[in-house]
Order: sequence, then structure tokens, then C-alpha cells
Amino acid sequence: MVGIVGYGAYLPRYRIKAEVIAQQWGSDPDAIKRGLQLYEKTVPGQDEDTITISVAAARDAVRRAQIDPKEIGAVYIGSESHPYAVKPSGTILIDALGIGPHTHVASYEFACKAGTEAMYVAYSLVKSGEMKYAMGIGADTSQGAPGDALEYSASAGGAAFIMGSERVVAEILFTHSYTSDTPDFWRREGESYPRHGGRFTGDPAYFKHIIGAGRALLDKSKMSPQDFTYAVFHMPNGKFPQEAGKRLGFKKEQLEVGWIVPWMGNTYSGSSPTGLAAILDVAKPHDLIFMVSFGSGAGSDGFILRVTDEIAGVQDRAPKVREMLDQDKIHLNYGEYAKFRRKIKLNE
Amino acid sequence: MRDVAVIGVGITRFGELWAKSIKDIFVEAALKAMGDAGVDHIDSMYVGAMSPGLFVGQEHLGAVMADYLGVTPVPATRVESACASGGASFRQAFLEVASGASDIVLAGGVEKMTDGADVTDTLATAADQEYEVYHGITFPGLYALIARAHMQRYGTTREQLAAVAVKNHRNGSKNPNAQFRSEVTLEQVMNSAMVADPLRLLDCSPVSDGAAAVIVASMDVAKKLNKNPIRVIASTQASDTIALHSRSDIATLSSVMKAAQKAYKMADVTPADIDFAEVHDCFTIAEIVVSEDLGFFDKGKGGEAAAQGWTAIECNKTPINTSGGLKSKGHPVGATGIAQIIEVYDQLNGNAGARQVKDAHIGMAQNMGGSGASCVIHILEGK
Amino acid sequence: MITARYHREIPQRYRLEAGKCEQCGHVDFPPRIVCPRCKGRRFATVVLHDEGTLVTFTVVRVASDRFSKETPFAVGIVELSDGVRVTTQIADADVDGLQIGQKVRIVFRRIQEDGKAGILCYGYKAVTD
Repeated sequence: MVGIVGYGAYLPRYRIKAEVIAQQWGSDPDAIKRGLQLYEKTVPGQDEDTITISVAAARDAVRRAQIDPKEIGAVYIGSESHPYAVKPSGTILIDALGIGPHTHVASYEFACKAGTEAMYVAYSLVKSGEMKYAMGIGADTSQGAPGDALEYSASAGGAAFIMGSERVVAEILFTHSYTSDTPDFWRREGESYPRHGGRFTGDPAYFKHIIGAGRALLDKSKMSPQDFTYAVFHMPNGKFPQEAGKRLGFKKEQLEVGWIVPWMGNTYSGSSPTGLAAILDVAKPHDLIFMVSFGSGAGSDGFILRVTDEIAGVQDRAPKVREMLDQDKIHLNYGEYAKFRRKIKLNE
Repeated sequence: MRDVAVIGVGITRFGELWAKSIKDIFVEAALKAMGDAGVDHIDSMYVGAMSPGLFVGQEHLGAVMADYLGVTPVPATRVESACASGGASFRQAFLEVASGASDIVLAGGVEKMTDGADVTDTLATAADQEYEVYHGITFPGLYALIARAHMQRYGTTREQLAAVAVKNHRNGSKNPNAQFRSEVTLEQVMNSAMVADPLRLLDCSPVSDGAAAVIVASMDVAKKLNKNPIRVIASTQASDTIALHSRSDIATLSSVMKAAQKAYKMADVTPADIDFAEVHDCFTIAEIVVSEDLGFFDKGKGGEAAAQGWTAIECNKTPINTSGGLKSKGHPVGATGIAQIIEVYDQLNGNAGARQVKDAHIGMAQNMGGSGASCVIHILEGK
Repeated sequence: MITARYHREIPQRYRLEAGKCEQCGHVDFPPRIVCPRCKGRRFATVVLHDEGTLVTFTVVRVASDRFSKETPFAVGIVELSDGVRVTTQIADADVDGLQIGQKVRIVFRRIQEDGKAGILCYGYKAVTD
């Protein structure tokens, strides 16, 4: 049995409400909230980045797994906001956690699915017998261009998963990846903000790949949507994952626990991973979880997981996603948000 | 060790001296001191300066000043102990004369802070770089940590801190060399911009250029020159942990206590015998804590003393910082310790003008580095 | 920030590694060569607890250039539960609501950066619960 032995998530405390952004740019806040189903999003503090978020999530994953960090043989962080373009985020994380030096590290990039790709590779290394434990992390402090639609959703957060074969809390039963050259959303080297193809990001991109991976998973596993307790999809806004779930045959109730985007925003590589963490926080033994991510460019990673009896012992060992979403929030005005996100041109 | 006296002094105005370089101001003060002392040669010299390298890109200040003062080839050494560089410079001169190695030594101090360096960063080099400054603490921040601890433990109030600034400006207004010669009110201090809670702008000594120098000589030389020799009856120094978080008691400056204990013993006096003192009020809280740790007031009562006026010139109980202190006189870092000696000297000679303390017979100069990691104390005795 | 100087402090800044004197048990952070209490020279590596209380603090409103965009921020001395004190920022703080004696825990944050192109410097900060 191979799967998740420990997991952790981290969301910054800072928030900005959709109506504050709308007011800044003269848009209709109600239309935004209704149309995108986004109410507020997380904002990283000035001292936070993909690395600090990954460290917090990974520390909680180790706390839940209760393993010696030195036994982790690989650490892969997937993000589209790695602080260094050259120097993997994982090199700092391993020193912070006391992992290594005898370990593999690399940074992954695949838009919003870099984290799930990292999780897949970590899982595969353990499954193939290469190493005892491997960690895959999805984390981001994504940026939305000022005044662009993405500014309402681009947020910060992440989740970490330690894969192993002892005391597994959620076994990975099936995986599938579906990828093609689809230029729906991209960022050229050196550019500050990404570009996107407007409505082209919908059916030809998001839905095509999620449905592609999702159907293949269902076929492979010979399972049906009603077999699953929970489903979680990449969440660029509130609407898309609900539509994806519907098209694949899932019911709204199955998505509810993992559907955290209206209060979190789109944490890009952290999106479905944090949704998965939210599910694991409340899951019961034998629950089946269906997860499909999406990364622009484009591709989707699918996972079918089955929760084991070990889950109850680990849930309370570290903070839960719902607590992070609901408690101790610090709301920012647009000026503070712009300062935090370095959207203001400084005299440097 | 033989008897040592101060026989002449020289000081520049303190302030933003845009037109003068670090060499200009030091030479000005040194020439005044030599002239005042009536000497045309010196055996050696010490230059106290905290950070000429960072402020103006110039190290090797001993050689630079010996050159520009025209006294090469005498030995010349730059002395550094952060904000106690001046006091340490004086102490080296004292030891050199007391030991018999030299007869006439110039002890000077200088700092040129307005040439464009990041002053906050440069001053912060006096703290623990990796474990205090790395985390963003500033010097006002360190003294604010002390202030809050002192306020928590002893009930020291914001008004009591402000009273120190008010008194020092009142004294400074009578000092022709002071950077700030106007008085301030309690309200002005209490309403000035917050720098690091609870310390406000007017709780903090300013950024200044300035230089000061004294001539130190053996008592024989002093008598030959027919000077009113002011005798150095104590010269002591103590160190403490560099980081505030390593101290056993954040609200006490133990380097001050240790140096003071040794100084009283060396001079064979008690705190009650000290007629007045120049103390290191880099921030108002520093004067309050130091006044306690020197033994002038019970621990925790320094704030009350300031507010009650017991440290004012008129009260004649224990006048502190008759010069205006660092707050009003200015704080060109390396020069401060020497400037303190000069104020003590002038008081003991009856030359303090409108700032004169009555019956000034024994005076103390207390100079301190960083957040109290070093302290240099001198006690001088008049005729 | 010179990279070697930063790199040397990583075990302390990232993992709170301290030195425990084998002679008298005194714990030093960062580790030292000479025990300040007993002058001993042999030490064992220990990791400090990540919880403590606020001993004193201030709110820096005028900072050096490097930290000037982050003001006002709180800095304090935290006494960790093993008795060791550290100076650290209090992150995400309600700067006007801090109190001496408040419980805090240590988190991993980016402390500073060397301009736009230099290295990123990480380390410990405290947060209140």
C-alpha cells in the first residue's frame, strides 16, 4: 500500500475582499461575486513567499506523519511563483526541516498543476521502491495583473504531502495525467504578469483536460462518481470546479468540503492540494476521494485515494484548513494589498 | 600609577557641519585644545571614532589626524568602542600618562555623520549583527525594549522620559556649542513622531557632526605649565553582553554598575560625593537607567528623579547633563565621550557660564557603547 | 548580504540549533566556543523549543532602508520555553495590542533580501496565537 502518510497546509492570515478590489477598479462587486463565486482571497504577508508557505505546510506534514525528516528521500515543490528562477525552493525547505543532505530536490513548473505533478512523482518514487518517503508540495503566491479579472482570484497558500508505504492514511489507488499543447494561459520569461486567452481558458483548456483525466481515471478504476465521498478539482474560481464536477457526474455535496476557493481564492499550484488537505481534515476511514488538478499550458493530474483507518490518529496533530480559512483573518485595503504584492513602483 | 590631569580642552560646534570634513573638525578641536593647554608638542594621540569607515569611507584615522594636525611622527591610534569611543580614547591617554610612558597625550574624538551614509544601518553595527540587527531592530528599538521593560517593572512613565528631554534642552539652550539651543516643552516631546514605541523623536539624540579634544598630562607637567590642573581620580571601563537578549536583567545596565563600582573605589568616593555628572543620554530612558545604576537614585526611581527636577542644575541635588546631554548638545558619536570630559572640566574650573553648578568639586563622565555592552567612566576633581 | 556570512547562520536561523555546555548545562544561542558561565569548551547541539513568551517589545516605525517598507513592525525579546532568549520580529501582529507576557510561537519567514537580485534571507519570527 502506497499513499499519503502525512499532510499539512498553510494559508496566510491576510485577506482582501472581492468588493475592495472591485471598488478600486470601478467594477460591480456583486456581479463579480455572483459571476466568479469569489468572496475574498488570501494575501501573503510581506515576509511570506512560496518557500515559507511550503515550510509551514511541510512541518505540519512531518508532524502528522511522525517520521524522522532525514528519511525523506526527495522533496519536490511545484509552484509558479518560486522565489528564485534558478535555485530550487526545496533547497531552503530541506535545511529548514532538517531533511538531507542525502536527498533529491527539484522545483516543478506546470502552471497550477505543478504541485500535483510533484505529488505524483513523490508517490511514484515510493511505489517503485526507490525510497521510503518522498514529499510533493504545491504552493504559490500567485500574482494577478492590476485591474485584470485574475486579480480577484490569484491568492497564496499551499499543501504538502509525504508519500510512504507505512501507516498510510490515504492510499493512492489510481493516477492519470492528460496533457497537450493548449496555450490558454502563460507567462513569458521576464514578464511580471501572465497573459490568458479569456474564454479560451474554459472549454478548450480547463474542461477538456479535467474531463480527459477524470474520465480516464473512472475508466481505469472501473468506478462511478457515486462511489466517491469527496471530489475536488482545480479551483480557479467558484464556478469552474462545480461545472467540472457536474460534467463528470458528481453531485454538489461531494465537492462541498474541498470547495474552499470562495474564501481562499485560487492558490494556483496549491489549489486542489489544499482542497485535498481540507478533505483529509474531516475524512473517515474507507472514504474514497476523487481529485483532478489543472495546469494551464495545459494538463491535468488525476488521483483516486482511499482513506484508511490511520486517518483519525493524524488529523488533530496539526492545524486544519477550515480553521485557517475562518480564524484570525486580517483584512487589507487595496493600498495595503498593493504594497504587500509589490504592485507599487518604488524608488529602487 | 602617577597622577594625571587634564590641562586644556577644545571643541567644535556640534551640528550639521556641511562645509567641514572629518579632518577639518578634528584638527579644529585639537588645535584649540593644544592652545588652551599651552603646549606646542604632544607625545602621542588617540582618536575616538565609531565608524569613520562606514560614514566617510576613511579608516586609519590615527594616522590621518596626526598627519593633518602636523604632529607626525608621534604615535597616533584610532580607538573604537561604539558610542563609548571618546571615553575609551580618553582612558587610553590616561593610562599612557599614568604609566609614565608619556607626559603629554592628546585624547580626541570625532564623528562626521552627515555625508550620506545610512546612519541607522551604521549605528546598528554597535549591536549584534546576526541576532539583533538581522531581524530589523534599530538603536531606538533596542532602547525602546529597555524602556518598556523598565516601565513594566518600575512604573516609569512616558512623562518622566519626556522630563529628561525637557531638562536637557533647557541646559543646552545655555551651551553655545550645542546643536539645539532651543528649549522644548513636555507636550512637544510627548507629541513628537513615534520612532520605536514608546520612544519618540524628541526622546532620541540627533545625528551630528563634531569633534572634541583634551590634553592629558602628568601632574608635574601640569604644574610646570601653571595650569589649574583638573585631576583624573578615576578611570574605569566595563563590558557586558553584546546582545540585549543575553543580559540577565534588561532594565539594568550592569556595565555601568561595574564601571561605577570600580570608579568609586579608585577615587575613594561614594555616589553622594559626585557633585554633577555627564551621562550617556543617547535616549531619554538611558539617562534614567544610568542615573540609577550609577547609584544616584534607587533602582526604579530614576524617572521620578527626572520628573521632580532632582537632576536639574538649579536643584543642586545631582545635576545631570548640564551641557545639554547628547539630546540637546548633539551626539557626534566618537566625540561625545570627550565632550563629556570637557563639560566636567569647565564646571570644575568655574567656566560653565549660565550652566554653572554651585560648589562643583567632583564631577563624573559616563560614556556608553551600544545598548550598554561597554561603559567608560571617569571622575575628575577640581581644586 | 554576503552569502558565506548568511550560510553559516542557517542551522541557527532555520532550525534554532543551539549549543549546550557539557560541563554546566548552560544553553547558548547561537552556539559559542567559550561557555559564558563556566568557561567550558565542549558543547552538544540542541534544538530550542519553538514556543515562548514575550519579555519586552517595541514597534519600529522608523527603520533602516532595508526594512523601511515594512514599518510599523514589532520586534521583541522572546523567552523560549527552555529559558533561552532571542530577539525577533513579531509577525502578523496587531502592533497596538501586544502585551508583555503574551504567548508566542516561532515560525519560518523571509527576514530580508539583498535587493532585487541578491539572495533571499530567511529565519525565525514569532507569532501570537
